[in-house]
Amino acid sequence: MKNELKILTPQGMLGYGIPEEHFWRGIDGGVDAMIVDSGSTDPGPYQLGLSRMLVTREAYIRDLSILLKACAERGIRLFISSAGGPGIGQHVDAMIDIIRDLAQDKGHHFKLVAIYSDVDKAWLRERLSNNQVQPCGPHKQLTLESIDSAVNLVAQMGAEPYIKALNAHPDVDIVISGRSYDPSPYAALCQMHDIDPGVYWHMGKIVECGANCAEPKGRVIVATVRKGSFDLEPMNPAERCTPSSVAAHTLYEKSRPDLLPGPGGELDLTGARYEALSDRSVRISGSVFKPSSTYRIKIEGASIIGHRTIFIGGIRDPILIGQLDDFLDRVRERTEATYPELKSGLANLSFHVYGKNGVMGDQEPLTNVIPHEVGLLGEVTAPTQELANAICSSARISVLHMPYPGQLATAGNFAIPLNPPENPIGPVCEFSVYHLAEIDDPADFFPIRYKEI
Amino acid sequence: MPNTTLKKIAKVVRSKNAGPFEITFDVIFDNQEKYQRVKRSDALTPEKMALLYGVTDEDLLVCMFFDPAMAFKLTLRRSWGQGTVGERDTFGAQQHAPLLDIQIPV
Repeated sequence: MKNELKILTPQGMLGYGIPEEHFWRGIDGGVDAMIVDSGSTDPGPYQLGLSRMLVTREAYIRDLSILLKACAERGIRLFISSAGGPGIGQHVDAMIDIIRDLAQDKGHHFKLVAIYSDVDKAWLRERLSNNQVQPCGPHKQLTLESIDSAVNLVAQMGAEPYIKALNAHPDVDIVISGRSYDPSPYAALCQMHDIDPGVYWHMGKIVECGANCAEPKGRVIVATVRKGSFDLEPMNPAERCTPSSVAAHTLYEKSRPDLLPGPGGELDLTGARYEALSDRSVRISGSVFKPSSTYRIKIEGASIIGHRTIFIGGIRDPILIGQLDDFLDRVRERTEATYPELKSGLANLSFHVYGKNGVMGDQEPLTNVIPHEVGLLGEVTAPTQELANAICSSARISVLHMPYPGQLATAGNFAIPLNPPENPIGPVCEFSVYHLAEIDDPADFFPIRYKEI
Repeated sequence: MPNTTLKKIAKVVRSKNAGPFEITFDVIFDNQEKYQRVKRSDALTPEKMALLYGVTDEDLLVCMFFDPAMAFKLTLRRSWGQGTVGERDTFGAQQHAPLLDIQIPV
């Protein structure tokens, strides 16, 4: 057991590019572990629904080559969490394949542990029937249909599966996990060195984003953590962690600034203190972790809800722009008359009017501005790609040719950049499951597999 | 000190998803004087935020100041599903603009 741990995070997201000079500066300073997150729901449900990885294989190879060199040559343990983005088992295995190829190329050998987080549908159905599932945030109650329609289901693991894996395989070089609560590997490592939970959850929560908490936002960061506090320093000399930059980052992507719920409890930041150690490093202390009486994990699932076809173009005619809302209402009516699937709710037609309210929709407060030019994105979703194509084509033809009051430009209403003008863009997904489920054993729920490569 | 706007007095004004069903807004200040001035004013009340974003009380999940970070936080329920039909801001990163011109009194 160590009194102090140094943990390097090379980047907030595996595959986004590790700056080598700053990485090796951190490694040369002596670190106990490298931890990098690979997952996010932020790009939307398509990754989980279509089993897609967040970045290309080439991007993973580039970042992993650097990390594996430090792992092999300096003996520094590497943790990769939420492999591939959604963190499904298939992506854990794909990441292991990439590592195996790279290791073979370089003649490296690694002891590796994989932790899986795929959720069995029958298990979740049973939890639902026992009233052990609740929405995570302002979301509807879970239904059997949502479970059945999910293409993939994963659970965000806490620290327990990592601790179990490290206890079972104390000399492991690489830990690759499926979907994780981002700070979990940090928490596991620190828990094994008797560091306070309030300290390690707060630390993990900040540095899982790399040096995002620095000014300017950076990539490589080293956290030095001990029982009652932790210090942060970005590895790019041009970046600075200040009390305000770190405190500000703690709010990032969180519903509340003071309470951060996670697996097995909640982090209370009310008493957090941020003090400058130098002009570019900060010491943080004072947060408290409050364990919950019932252990709940977040389950994520995505379903395919239809297929989408789009058209895009611009309008420059001021006579049409001046009556655009009415015009698009009539386009909608005309398209609905041809395709009753729109009225019945089986299919959907959405207009995004850029230059007017394309970004904020009905929440746009500036409603009286008349732009000189607008961009129009037409989006059609339908149960089949063929139907989406047909409806989209019909709507686009109306936008191009439908007459309107006061029209002078009788040859066409719409400037279209793309040819063909409508383009099928494939399946549309949604997060059909985003719920908290009670589990009995937060370690055993997640299968662990050991490999030597 | 004359009246000013939030964009002139805040260091950070941003929006982002907090999970797929919420959008959260951070307004962060770089000194106590500016932070306390905004906190003391009634420029960022739940009522004003609900009006500005055209949401009901039920959709306004969090609206509070947080002294340790010299920050104001607002969290709204997403009125549409992230990354699905009709999405207009997958990351929720461009919903902050109406906050910028909020008047801050002396």
